[in-house]
Amino acid sequence: MGFLRKGLFKGVSFRFTSLTACLFLLFFASTLILPISHNASLSLKPAFATEAPAPAGGEAAKAEEGKKEGEKKEGEKGFTYQPAPKLKVGDYPIVKGFNSRIAVWIVAQLHLWFGAFVLAVPIFVLVIEGVGMATKDERYDHMAHEFIKVSMTAFSLTASLGGLLTIMFVSFYPDFFKYMASIFGKTMIIYAILFFGESFCLYIYYYGWDRMNKGFSKWVHLTMGLMLNVFGMTLMVLSNVWASFMMAPSGVDDAGVFTGNIWEAIRGPLWNPINLHRFIANIAFGGSIVGAYAAYKFLSAKTNEEKAHYDWMGYTANFIAIFGFLPLPFAGYWLMKEVYGYSQQMGITAMGGAFAWLFIIQAVLIGSLFLGANYYLWCGMGRIKGSERYTPAIKYLIVVIVGCFLVWFTPHTLIMTAKEVTQVGGTHHPVLGSLGVMSAKNTAVNILIVSTFLSFMLYRRSNKIATASWTSTGNAIQVALFTAGAINIVFLGVYGYFIPANIRIGLSIPQVMTTLTIIVVSSILDGFMYKGAKSTGPIEWGKMGARSQYALFLLAVSFTWLMGLMGYVRSALRQHWHVYTIFRDNSIDAFTPTLGYAAGIITIAVYIFIALVIFAFWIANFSAKKHAEATTH
Amino acid sequence: MKVFIRIVIFSILISMAYWGFSNYGIPQVIPELPPVEEQISGSMTMDQYIALGGKIFNGKGTCTLCHNPVGGRAPLLVESGKDGAPIGARAADRLKDPQYKGKAKTAEEYIHESMVDPSAFVVTGFGKPGTNDTVSPMPNINKGSIGLNEAEIGAVISYLQKSAGVQVTVKLPTGPAPVAAAAPAEPQSAKTAEEAFGKHGCTTCHKIPGIEEAGDVGPDLTGLSGRAGKTVKGLIPEQYVMQSILNPDAFTVKGFEPGTMPADLGEKMTAKELEMIVKYLLEKKG
Repeated sequence: MGFLRKGLFKGVSFRFTSLTACLFLLFFASTLILPISHNASLSLKPAFATEAPAPAGGEAAKAEEGKKEGEKKEGEKGFTYQPAPKLKVGDYPIVKGFNSRIAVWIVAQLHLWFGAFVLAVPIFVLVIEGVGMATKDERYDHMAHEFIKVSMTAFSLTASLGGLLTIMFVSFYPDFFKYMASIFGKTMIIYAILFFGESFCLYIYYYGWDRMNKGFSKWVHLTMGLMLNVFGMTLMVLSNVWASFMMAPSGVDDAGVFTGNIWEAIRGPLWNPINLHRFIANIAFGGSIVGAYAAYKFLSAKTNEEKAHYDWMGYTANFIAIFGFLPLPFAGYWLMKEVYGYSQQMGITAMGGAFAWLFIIQAVLIGSLFLGANYYLWCGMGRIKGSERYTPAIKYLIVVIVGCFLVWFTPHTLIMTAKEVTQVGGTHHPVLGSLGVMSAKNTAVNILIVSTFLSFMLYRRSNKIATASWTSTGNAIQVALFTAGAINIVFLGVYGYFIPANIRIGLSIPQVMTTLTIIVVSSILDGFMYKGAKSTGPIEWGKMGARSQYALFLLAVSFTWLMGLMGYVRSALRQHWHVYTIFRDNSIDAFTPTLGYAAGIITIAVYIFIALVIFAFWIANFSAKKHAEATTH
Repeated sequence: MKVFIRIVIFSILISMAYWGFSNYGIPQVIPELPPVEEQISGSMTMDQYIALGGKIFNGKGTCTLCHNPVGGRAPLLVESGKDGAPIGARAADRLKDPQYKGKAKTAEEYIHESMVDPSAFVVTGFGKPGTNDTVSPMPNINKGSIGLNEAEIGAVISYLQKSAGVQVTVKLPTGPAPVAAAAPAEPQSAKTAEEAFGKHGCTTCHKIPGIEEAGDVGPDLTGLSGRAGKTVKGLIPEQYVMQSILNPDAFTVKGFEPGTMPADLGEKMTAKELEMIVKYLLEKKG
């Protein structure tokens, strides 16, 4: 195996990424060219044959006219776009050994996970590199370099999975892909070009890290990092266009005929809410994955230096994950508000219909995330001298966090037999049933966020003693702020029980604003109060128990599972529609499965993802070893 | 390596826990199958037509998502409440409302208009936020994701009028449903379950109790009534048989190949035939 290590894997990352990037572009270009130039394509003719709409009324003259119009090319005078096809079961190709929906589902989810990861990492790498440059602390630079190294193989996997997904769309859902390409073909070409730009910037950014490390060249390096993020973000918002169009189509008429204005099709009602939600979620998810990497390295570390380094890296990654996680529910509110605004029917299907129970699973996942993140912070206080002052507060925080979790977890309708329903007097528990509605859940999640922020504040204060003259007043203001905020959140929650549902949903906004006010004002006050604070001792990095590291794995797996679940519900809300209300899914799989079934697919996808992430880490680790060997000899 | 194995096991267990909770911690609600266009013909009686309206109202029409006593998102339609009598009874009064600017002249037309042009009159307090009750959040039910045809809308109106205890003014459709007009001839429903089995070729592959002709490509359906409720967890016998017909690959009996049974029976079979077949299979002890 030695020759493999010395020869084959030398520069493996670069070769691997280049190859897959080229393959992806090739796949992508071919899949775009084929459907767009459909008149010239013979091999796909049977698939496209179903797409032409039946002439209305069967009038021969009209049909002939339609045929001639269909022959006109896009851009020519008199050209009209085709309506969304009306497919039958037989129009969906069957590839033996594959269930089209499951195959596309898993590959799309894997592509999204890796895509989220490689879009998120460069964001915080750029910030950390910038912090390192500003503070002249090389540790930040090294950590940023290690973060981006971890994402390199993931970048290749994202590209490969994107190519595979495109092939699957063309193979399993050719009419759907052709319809989408007929509207978004141009954006797909731009997407491929942007991908090329992103790859270019990433390679220079990563491979030029050591060479562009001083003076002006460092600024050039940072600029490349910025460009990498610009390309990445543009790619994300562009691909969100397709997903949001499928949920809430715009720029088309009732029959799905494209008006010809691409901007109308792009700026659908859900585009920006999805953009924001994915952007924030990507950061949280990316942070949790590199946190798992750091935890693994910490647990495998042989020296105290290594332990200290990876402890610090794990802490930073967890900070990033929580930083992204806290505002996520607010972005979720906005998305759901827009979903309701677009289609009340879709909104109710999500929150009160077939998917209502899915949000109980979500509550369990988010509860695990909050508990895991807080547990990690509390463990972290153990490595800080002076934290003893705050440890008594932890037990109260546990009570509040677990209490909020239980409220969020309480379902509205209970699972009961007919006999039990008679005994209880209904499907709702007489007392606990009232905790199952949104008023209680919104209150619980806001209090959860405020409590987690308080945990973080205590952690930050652990080894500091404020020296500002107004410290007592500042502390009193903060206590008053937290108390008043909590009372307001609870009051609004209780008030919600006494007003109609359509007005009640509006109360989530003042609740969220209260939470944000507490966080922002407290952070500002803390910043001033602890400026020039006296230290009670340094943070002893590396002095963390092994159990704390498992909390980081809990976060990574839970985030992955949560993304899989929410990705499923976002897509499943379309129900039996490829493109909601205009392009019906008439395939054999056009039914909504049970949540247990969906959970099974998500779990399988999570396992594949974990296996691929391990592979990516292994490559990154191997590359580090080679680097260390090269510098030692 | 020990650390690696521990981490992998830990991650697998966490994921398994979430999977377990999703399967055993919450009820497995089986979402309804995608709606199909109802087979409406002139041979239908008014009672059947009204019953069909009720089925659409509570199912495909998705009306009860909002028009229910729990959410308060839309006025109640079949029950009396703070909005007054059921819609069938109060429709005539709406026409006299000074704010009414629609085109309807009769109660029936008003209900029809409220379905196909919901913003023609928005009940106070039920408009889209910020529109001062000028725009309704309700979708046009003859378009988009619901897309009822005129005959189906008529059925819903007849149901609403019947529920309110007023005279049903809707006329029975005299021919095939309007949308079905462009399609080939409307399929005639079989008169008995035995006839339906023959029509759809069930006996070519299955052995069915009480029917001589039998095949062995698919499972023997003798004694199905005894096992239908135990085969797929969470499915009652009727649901299991219905799923097996409408979505045969959702569960394949051990020893048989998936994809063998035609998946388009749901499109070819009339609702009456499906009902007869399910009933027959679950009643015949064979």
